[in-house]
Formats: sequence, C-alpha cells, structure tokens
Amino acid sequence: MMKAEFDKMTVQELADGIRSQKYKSEEIVRFFAEKCEKFAKFNAIIEVFDDVFDKARKIDEKIARGEKVGKLAGVPVAIKDNILCKGKKMSCASKFMKDFVAPYSSTIVKKLESEDAIIFARTNMDEFAMGGSTENTIYGACKNAFDESRVAGGSSGGSAVAVALGLCPVAIGTDTGGSVRQPSSFNGVVGIKPTYGTVSRYGIVAFASSTDQASPITKIIEDSEFVLSILAGKDEHDMTTIDSDFEMAATKKKYTIGLCRELTEKIKTLPEYPHFKAALGKMKQEGFGFVEVSVPHILNSLACYYILTPAEAASNLARFDGVKYTSRSASARTLEEVFVKSRSEGFGKEVQRRIMLGNFVLSSGYFDAYYKKAKALQQLLKKEFAAAFEKCDCILTPTTPGEAFEIGGKIKDPLSMYLEDLFTVPASISGIPALSVPYAKGQHGLPLGLQFMGREKSEKVLYDIAKKFEGGRYGI
Amino acid sequence: MEYDVVIGLEIHAELKTKTKVFCSCKNEFGAKPNANTCPVCTGMPGALPIINRHAVELCIKAGLCFGCKIAEYAVMERKNYFYPDLAKAYQISQMVHPICVGGGIELKNGKFMRLNRIHLEEDAGKLTHISRAVGTLVDYNRGGTPLIEIVTEPDFSTAEEVDEFLKRVRESLVYAGIADCKMEEGGMRCDVNLSLKPKGSLVLGTRTEMKNLNSFKSVTRAIEYEIKRQKEILDEGGKIIQETRKWDDAKGKNLSMRTKEQAQDYRYFPDPDILPISISKIDVEKIKAEMPMLPEERRKKYVAEFGLPEYDAAILTSSKYVSDYFEKCVKIFDSPKKISNWIMVDLLKLVKEQEDFVFPISEEDLCEIIKMVEEKTINKTVGLQLLDAVIKTGKKPSVLAKEMNLIVTISEEHILSLLNKLKSENAKVSEDYAKEPQKVVGFIVGYVMKNTAGKANAELVRSLISKVF
Repeated sequence: MMKAEFDKMTVQELADGIRSQKYKSEEIVRFFAEKCEKFAKFNAIIEVFDDVFDKARKIDEKIARGEKVGKLAGVPVAIKDNILCKGKKMSCASKFMKDFVAPYSSTIVKKLESEDAIIFARTNMDEFAMGGSTENTIYGACKNAFDESRVAGGSSGGSAVAVALGLCPVAIGTDTGGSVRQPSSFNGVVGIKPTYGTVSRYGIVAFASSTDQASPITKIIEDSEFVLSILAGKDEHDMTTIDSDFEMAATKKKYTIGLCRELTEKIKTLPEYPHFKAALGKMKQEGFGFVEVSVPHILNSLACYYILTPAEAASNLARFDGVKYTSRSASARTLEEVFVKSRSEGFGKEVQRRIMLGNFVLSSGYFDAYYKKAKALQQLLKKEFAAAFEKCDCILTPTTPGEAFEIGGKIKDPLSMYLEDLFTVPASISGIPALSVPYAKGQHGLPLGLQFMGREKSEKVLYDIAKKFEGGRYGI
Repeated sequence: MEYDVVIGLEIHAELKTKTKVFCSCKNEFGAKPNANTCPVCTGMPGALPIINRHAVELCIKAGLCFGCKIAEYAVMERKNYFYPDLAKAYQISQMVHPICVGGGIELKNGKFMRLNRIHLEEDAGKLTHISRAVGTLVDYNRGGTPLIEIVTEPDFSTAEEVDEFLKRVRESLVYAGIADCKMEEGGMRCDVNLSLKPKGSLVLGTRTEMKNLNSFKSVTRAIEYEIKRQKEILDEGGKIIQETRKWDDAKGKNLSMRTKEQAQDYRYFPDPDILPISISKIDVEKIKAEMPMLPEERRKKYVAEFGLPEYDAAILTSSKYVSDYFEKCVKIFDSPKKISNWIMVDLLKLVKEQEDFVFPISEEDLCEIIKMVEEKTINKTVGLQLLDAVIKTGKKPSVLAKEMNLIVTISEEHILSLLNKLKSENAKVSEDYAKEPQKVVGFIVGYVMKNTAGKANAELVRSLISKVF
C-alpha cells in the first residue's frame, strides 16, 4: 500500500496494520505530522508534540520484540487544547494560559497511553470551549475542511477539521452543549456526546461540570465506538463517572425512531429540511418504524442551558485569577487589581460574557429566579425524555440548523450563535447520549449531520441504528 | 440604659483525618511549605474533588456529640470568592443541606444553648507576607484540610457562658477523637456575633462579627470589649454598623475589617463535581456504636455509680486519657475512691504541666500496689516507695516488694507468741480487755507492730487477739 493512503484508513485498520507489522507506527506518525504542516493554514492543529517520533519508534520496537501491546498501539490521537497531558503545553486557546504546561495527565490521556496510543497533537478550539465556531481563539479561526471561508464549528472545531482533513485518524473533543456534535456535523465526520459520566472529566479543563463530556471524533461510526469504549469507565478521580457497560441486549431487527412533536415546526422551516425529509423517507424504506413523541419543554432547553452552564463556568473559571498559573497583569498594583486586571486582560470577550452571565444568575436575589428554576426545568426535561424513550429507541433531529456559516458571520451576534445549539443542548442538559453522523450535503455543498438521541447508556443502540442507516458509510 | 447582650458563635475545628477532605494528600500540621499538595488541593485546571468519607463520618460524630439530627441527604456547595490562599477561588462548604442540624449543650446554669447546624468544609491555605520586595508567599498545605463549622443560635448573653460552652465543645470533640482542637495551631477557631438590645426588647440590635480569636482568653476579652464598645455607642445615641471586626489581642481591642456594603456575595450553589451525600440510619448507628462516653456523661456516672465527689469526677474527666485510665483501674480493682485518690494525689503530680502525657505506670501495676496497701500487706508510705521503684525499674510490684524486702510476712505463731508475751508481762491489759475490748485493741495491735517493725498484718493481729485474751 502506498504511504499516501494512511489518511484514508480507519483507526482499527491502522492499529491492526501496526500490530501485524505491516506498517510502522513511526512512518504513520511522520505521514500525519507532515500532512499537518501542509494543512497548517486551516488552523486545526496548534502543535504536533515533539516526542511523537520517539514514542512511535518505541512502540515499533516493542512490537518487533513480540511484546504485548495495547489496542491503539502506535496510532496517533490528537487532543483538544483543554485536555491535560503531563509535560505538554495546554492553553484552552486562551492568551491567559498560553504558556501553561500540564503538571499531570488527564484520566483519558492515561487510558489512551495505556493502550499504547501516541498523544500526537493538540487541536484548536474556542477559548475555554465557549463558542460554536472556533473563532474565539488566539491561534486564528479554524477553517472548515470543505470551505476555507466557512467556520469549523465549535468549540472542538480543530479536532473535527483535523479528522475531516485526514491530519490524524482520531481526535478527542469535548462536548458541553454540542461542541463535538456541531463541528462534526459541519465537517462531515462522526461525533458523539456520551451519557453524562461515561468519560472521566479528570484532567480536562472544566467549562460546565454537569454537562462536560469528552469523546472521540472519527471518520466512521465503528471507530467512534471503538475509541469511546477505551475512554469510557468509572474513574476514582471523578465522582460523577458511571459504569460504562452500554446497555444493549441483542441488536434489534427493527428500531423505532421518534420524531419530537415540539421540534417538527422548527425543523420544517430549516433551509435544509428537504434533505432531512429525504433521509426520513430512506429510513422508512429501510424498515425503520416511526412514531411521534413529545418532550413538552424541549424548546426551553436552550434557556436552561444558557443559565446553568454559565453559572458553573463562572465558578470553574474563577481559579484562573492571575495568582498561580495564569499570566498576571503587568500593571496590577494591588491584590484586587491582580484579580480584576489579570482576568480582564487574560480572558476573551465571549468568556467574559459567560462569566458575567453566570455570576449574575448565581447572585443573591436572582438565584431562585434563574438558577433554581433552570435546575427544576432540567429535572423535568430528564423525566420528559425518559417518558419519550418508552415509545421509541431514539429521537432523530438534524444536528445543526444548517450548514457551516461564514467566518465572521455570527461572531458579532452571540444570540444567533447560541441558536446554533438548539438541537444539541437538550441531550446535554438531560445527560443522555447523542450521536451525530453525516448524511447529506446542503445547498452550498457542505456536510450536514443527523443527530440520534437515546436514553441513558444506550450508546450502542445509537451506533447500531446509525450503522443500519445507509450502512453507516456516508462520506467515506 | 440597660441592655441585653445577644451572642452567637461560629466555631471551626480541624478534623483529625489522615488525608485531606477532597484529595489523598496528608493532613498534618508543620510540614515544609507546599509539601502536602497535589493538583486537586492547588486548584490545577481539570482537577476534581473526591470526598473523604472519614471526614463525613467525623462530622456525623460531632453531630452525635451534641444531639444534632443527622441529615439523610447532604450537599456540598461552592462558596465563591477570590483570595490568594483559596486555590480554586471557591471554598467547598455546605449551605442548604448541612450534615447535622439542631442539637445543643446545657450549661451549668441550666440554660440550653442551641446549635443551628454543623457542616463540613475545606480549609484555605496560608499566606506569609515576607517583604515588599519578595512579596507574599502561599502555602497550600492547609488548603483542603477538613473542617467542621459549628454554628450556634444567638442564645448566649455573657462571656462566661461562651467560655463554658467552648470548653465543653472542645472537650467533646477531643474525647470523641474528632479533632485535637489545638487553638495555638489554629485547630479550633471561633467567630463571635454580638449585638445589644434594650433590656427586655424583642427586636434584635445590629450585630458585629468578630474574627481572629485565637484562645479562650481572647474570646472572653474580646466579648467584654465589644459589649463595652457597643454600649458606649448606643448610650451616646449612636448606631452600630453591621461589620466584621478583627480582634487585636496585643492591643486588647478590635478594628473594623469590612462593612456590610463591602460584604461579599458568595454565590453559593451545589458543587456539580461532588455527588450528594446520602447517610443511612445504619451508617449513623455504626458511628454511634464507635462513640466513647462523653465527659459530661462520665462525670454523672462517677458521682452516681462510684460515689465520687463532683470535684474528683471533674478532675478525672479533665482528659479522656485520665478518665479511661481511671475506668480501667476500677475494672481491675473495684475501689473507685481509693483509685481516684491515688490518681489525683500521687499520679497527676508526676505529669504536671505536660500535654499529651501518659502515666508512667500501667493500670494493672497501680492497682496491685493499691491492693497491697488496702490489704495492709504494706502501708501507704511503703506503697509510695514501691510506686517509685516500679516507675524506675519497670518491674512488677509483687516482684519488687519481695526484692526490696518490703513485705516481711510475720507468721501467725510469731504474733501469737508476742500476744502471749504481752499478756504475761502486763496483767492490766487482760483486765481491761475483759471489760471493754475495743478500748485496748489499738494498744495491743500497736504493741505487735512495734515489735515487728510495723510489718505485721494488722487485720491478722486483730483477729488473733481474742484467741489469747
């Protein structure tokens, strides 16, 4: 096989090839490192780590000696710039953290390393994972893999574009309200937001603790399933993790797809509705059952999300205070100035907006009206989803309202940017899994994603449904 | 004008856990700066807290000491504020759902001082101001060590009541192994909320909060100072400002730290990283079973069951060690008052002024000596010599007594022969004995003692008198 085709191969093909000594990890890593350089203008990759060739060589030697190696032996894995890998820089794409070196490794990095994966590069993102376009970054706006004038989506835009361009076979992103699914949809790759608690958050910079989940972005569904199974599991360093034995008895012959009544009108007005309609038609032909279900408060998810997640973020980001590891304002003279000036200079506009919003909803006198009410709504939504899943195996929506928008198009209009999350936040708020797979190209020839939401721990069901739909091979 | 004084307390005590409350760093005092730290307690990005179940148990134990209701469901919350010693810029504490609710302590004057709650939280690090040039250094060793905060209702009206209450709290926490409460190490701290109102009025006055009270004495002084300060302001028609005041022990006065306008809005909300704590009835029963008897209960028992004076009971319960020692002795040799005397008079003086002392003799050995004295095998003076020797050599009292020839067994025959000798030498004794025996028994015993260098068993002598006379 010619070297130039590593970027067409799946994670499992690469892993098998390395393990069987058909390829060397070192040549694969070199191939991707060179390609990263070639595609630097997309701003998907912040840096390829400098020890990757050594690490790859060591894996090759280990294999040559006939030693047992892990499931991802020699496979390069890129990580979002908010995931800690000991001794490597990690900046959350923020000026504030630009020179920070991780003092310890996240649980997911340890899990990947224990399967002998090569932690390959860090990927661009919206600052502190806040944003839906990967424009809020000190490394330059990340460009869509299909159209350089359009956004990558975000906040895990770098990870999605890197996989779509074939700069690495798999990249880890984090999803708080759609930050893996939306860029995956924009770039024609597969992204999942697993059940809350499936993947340990230890060593991942917290944005909103109660909805943050890390997950793989891959070209095909099988790879997503494969890598997620490695990342998943209870962690003694994260109290909120759960056992990850995804629920699935036997693969069903016939699945029932739910269509959410409250979203129907919205979906019908979308410019890409014809594609969605066509997909439904195909699924019907393929033998899927359909049922209308109701999640009465689903349209309140967005409001709920933009109260709860800023509240948590305001508190989570308070530790970036100019005292310990973040840069300190040069003009700070008093203690208060260390806090105020460092933070005002260090954080970008969008981050400051959310911190202020979060502190507002938590402040005395407003707490009950906002935070408490949003928490109650969250509980209600969980119940409503559970009731809906009594009738169906998954609920189907488009992942995003439309194709990737133009760079600079929404950055000045935060509200319309927030509306991008309309279909992704309900699963985030409710803690349920949601899978985005590419299914069509829109009016500008850009990819569109289909989102499958399921009940808690039903990841395997979602993967199975998505694979059955068109054989799960769209875009490959 | 006459005023009622209204005082409420917030008491912090450091829990005696091996590790910190949200990470596995050591919980110890006096280590090198930042030696006991990790990503969690230094607030590194991405680090997450894992709750220390032992800290929760100790908090429950504290609740059981003071008759609190133990919550079945408790929540850790974040208290948000910026300060360099607070690594995460929020303190994990409790607000809406504390672990312990209610309870209280009855004082000697019969007043019942109610607790509002006891909750679990983490301590902050420590700042050391070096100089203008070097600046301020932060030591996070104390950051993340577990604390309980005991919050009382505003039930106190004098410094004496507060002092008695604090001492009772400390005593119980130490007894139950919950906290060491070493005030000089900051192991126990107390904030005082104080206000005055016109005598008999039902409306509370404006209160101040006093901080930096590092000893029982400074609490008393600070309360007396603050009562006087507020009284003077009110008498002159002034208004008390709601504020936090810092006590300066050297100067003997307090100064304003911040007023209500400068007060922080802590923006409490449930910590999403920590699952709510569920506490079952079985958990509580288990912890109850491990609880030692508390000093107040012991004092009552010593007076009622052992017949000790209250003075003895108070001294014996002054520390759990002494109290446990005493109780073990009573189990070995059922003579509480005698044991109490030995401990109070002869043992405590040996460990005078020491903290964390251990008596230099085991309960078994002490009881053996007391028993010898009580059975008149030796007299008290010899007993004290023996005590001294046991402490010095570590040998068993029975062995030493023989080695030192302290016990010379005067045989029955020898006593009888001495008695017969007395009878033949002194006819008046026989006459007197026939008339009023009790009048001469003492004389006869004394005679035998004199002729045996005090080593005869007086009881034995007494029992043999009737055989001869």
